[in-house]
Amino acid sequence: MKVVAAMSGGVDSAVAAARAVDAGHDVTGVHLALSRNPSSYRTGARGCCTLEDARDARRAADVIGIPFYVWDLAERFHADVVEDFVSEYADGRTPNPCLRCNERIKFAAVLDRAIGLGFDAVATGHYARLRRGPDGEVELHRAVDSAKDQSYVLGVLTQGQLRGAMFPLGDSTKPEVRAEAHRRGLLVADKPDSHDICFVPDGDTAGWLGQRLGAAPGPIVDADGTELGRHAGTFGFTIGQRRGLRLDRPAADGRPRYVLSIEPTTSTITVGSREDLVVESLTGTAARWRGAVPDSSLSCRVQIRAHGEEYAAVVHPTAEAVEVDLLEPATGVAPGQAVVMYDGTRVLGSATIASTGRRTT
Amino acid sequence: MTQPVSEPAAYLDHAATTPIYPEVVEAMTAQFGRLGNASSLHGSGRAARRVVEESRETVAAVLGARPSEVVFTSGGTEADNLAVKGLFWARHKADPRRRRVLASAVEHHAVLDPLHWLAAEAGAEVELLPVDGDGVLDVPALQHSVDRDPDSVALISVMWANNEVGAVQPIDRVVEVAAAHHIPVHSDAVQAVGQVPLDFARSGVDAMTVTGHKIGGPFGVGALLLRREADVVALLHGGGQERDVRSGTIDAPAIVGFALAAQLAVKCQPERAPHLAGLRDRLVREILEAVPDAVVNGPGASGRLPGNAHLSFPGCEGDSLLMLLDAQGVECSTGSACSAGVPQASHVLLAMGRDEALARASLRFSLGHTSTASDIDRVVAAIGPAVERARAAGVGGRPEGATRVRS
Repeated sequence: MKVVAAMSGGVDSAVAAARAVDAGHDVTGVHLALSRNPSSYRTGARGCCTLEDARDARRAADVIGIPFYVWDLAERFHADVVEDFVSEYADGRTPNPCLRCNERIKFAAVLDRAIGLGFDAVATGHYARLRRGPDGEVELHRAVDSAKDQSYVLGVLTQGQLRGAMFPLGDSTKPEVRAEAHRRGLLVADKPDSHDICFVPDGDTAGWLGQRLGAAPGPIVDADGTELGRHAGTFGFTIGQRRGLRLDRPAADGRPRYVLSIEPTTSTITVGSREDLVVESLTGTAARWRGAVPDSSLSCRVQIRAHGEEYAAVVHPTAEAVEVDLLEPATGVAPGQAVVMYDGTRVLGSATIASTGRRTT
Repeated sequence: MTQPVSEPAAYLDHAATTPIYPEVVEAMTAQFGRLGNASSLHGSGRAARRVVEESRETVAAVLGARPSEVVFTSGGTEADNLAVKGLFWARHKADPRRRRVLASAVEHHAVLDPLHWLAAEAGAEVELLPVDGDGVLDVPALQHSVDRDPDSVALISVMWANNEVGAVQPIDRVVEVAAAHHIPVHSDAVQAVGQVPLDFARSGVDAMTVTGHKIGGPFGVGALLLRREADVVALLHGGGQERDVRSGTIDAPAIVGFALAAQLAVKCQPERAPHLAGLRDRLVREILEAVPDAVVNGPGASGRLPGNAHLSFPGCEGDSLLMLLDAQGVECSTGSACSAGVPQASHVLLAMGRDEALARASLRFSLGHTSTASDIDRVVAAIGPAVERARAAGVGGRPEGATRVRS
């Protein structure tokens, strides 16, 4: 097959590209320029869009021995990922930009362009596995390395997108990938993993959002409306957040307080105890199923945030939405995040969390 | 997408860099083996100095300058910076009213960026003068701009020929406008040497940039031809090796190679130009036969560099085309500035009134001393399928581009 290897400049995508070559594919390395104003250097483990990363990707392609190009997707990335991120926060939700990038950039803009140019697939360094199911459908599975598994941020992909995807790292652990990078002479073998949000240069998401959305101060209140403090803007908060509340008054019981809800229209943050945070049900919109929409409720496991644990659940599907009853108490469930449904390691489907149901006792 | 190993690439990117002449490699190799700092006073130093001065005389002779007017630099970018900043600083210091710098809107970034820097850091007022639809300077606009307040103009910078669309600029008319008010003129002639006849003294410009690797010489060496009476402030301070306006140990092997390349390029120019123009005209004609809706950018044959062809392919991303042609062993350029390999829509095409989509849909094919008819055949054979493919890939990456949601 003719394969585009999306190369971020990190160790994972470099090894993924090398493995695609080893598998006999005709591979071309492509670095995605996503930042409109790339800075020169990475600071720490943050970001993936600097000129240094582009150079690292280019050098990895040299070592692997494949052609290399840079595709400028900065405008698309800005419109589809960055602006979406800002507007989701403005609406009081907590978006996942990596998921959005996979959905709209890597396996949409990039894949479409690759197919148009005569390629068959896009290979990335994601940790996830693809398998051919009994009916010929492509199944998405968790990676062998559960600590690195990224099926959650890929769960949104459609069958058509998965057919054009290739994840050569799904059967490996991160230490194995690093060791292999060393063996292959890839200079990025020891490059730190990237964390946080690539387009927020210093990791200060609240400050970055504040520059874009402007100050919108408001009260921090408890469940009965008593004002406990003030904040500069609801975009600085996410459901379940404990740190950085800076409350004027400690809670009567002296126990920590968590963000329970975010009301951007009144600019109100409501806080409460950990018990108040527990969620028993949720609804999801924009549901996508790997196969046909199930015609009845199903018992499965769900993951409701990146790197979060799984919960047993009963999912009631409708045409484009889901209602999810959690059989185990979950905390920190934020609208805007994805709920991804699993059967064992296999991804059944994904939806965007729209609302949550609290324990009423 | 690996290219066929059987055949070397058809190289049509001579405006980026052109193959070094074997004679130049030979002369440089010999010089690398010789001891001596050209600034040393002993015998070894004098020997090195001698070849540098002979080279200076060669460069001067073939470009119509006096030896003392040749200031060797590290290449075109340094020469442009020295001319633009150095002339501005000197002229502004001599008379603080001189704040305006006039330049064409299609200058190379090695001129534009120093101008923007002067505007941001040194109080310059930069006026970028319009060009016509072919990329040729609007001389009446220059005249008008000068006439508005001649005493406030520090310098005028207009390139000899444009690096993207090959438009040869009306330098004689620029000089005419400037001379009436004794305003110095700089011209970046990096693309012109060896392609069109060129004579520094006769042109009347005060400063002219030339470089080695565009004419069959080595990278990392070039010169600013600078009239003896032109006053510039130095960029690089140190030993003052070059006329006290450029410091740095004199790179004798590079200068030897540069001078020999200049000699060969200028000597061959009269017969090479019609040869290249013939190849270029066939290339353009046959591309238009293969892709009838392609758009030729830049002036007609008489007004452009003989080795330059520049076309837009509506509905394509230039970098998609470049990649597809590269895979077929055809090497060309999107002709635009790069940062980390990211193509920007060309400021030259935008200044010519092209819209951004068409500007991004462009390729530059540039021919030089090693170009052959078979290079042209390779392009012509590859371009049709490449354009078809690139159109299928669309303009993905542009927000306005239609993205199919794959399902």
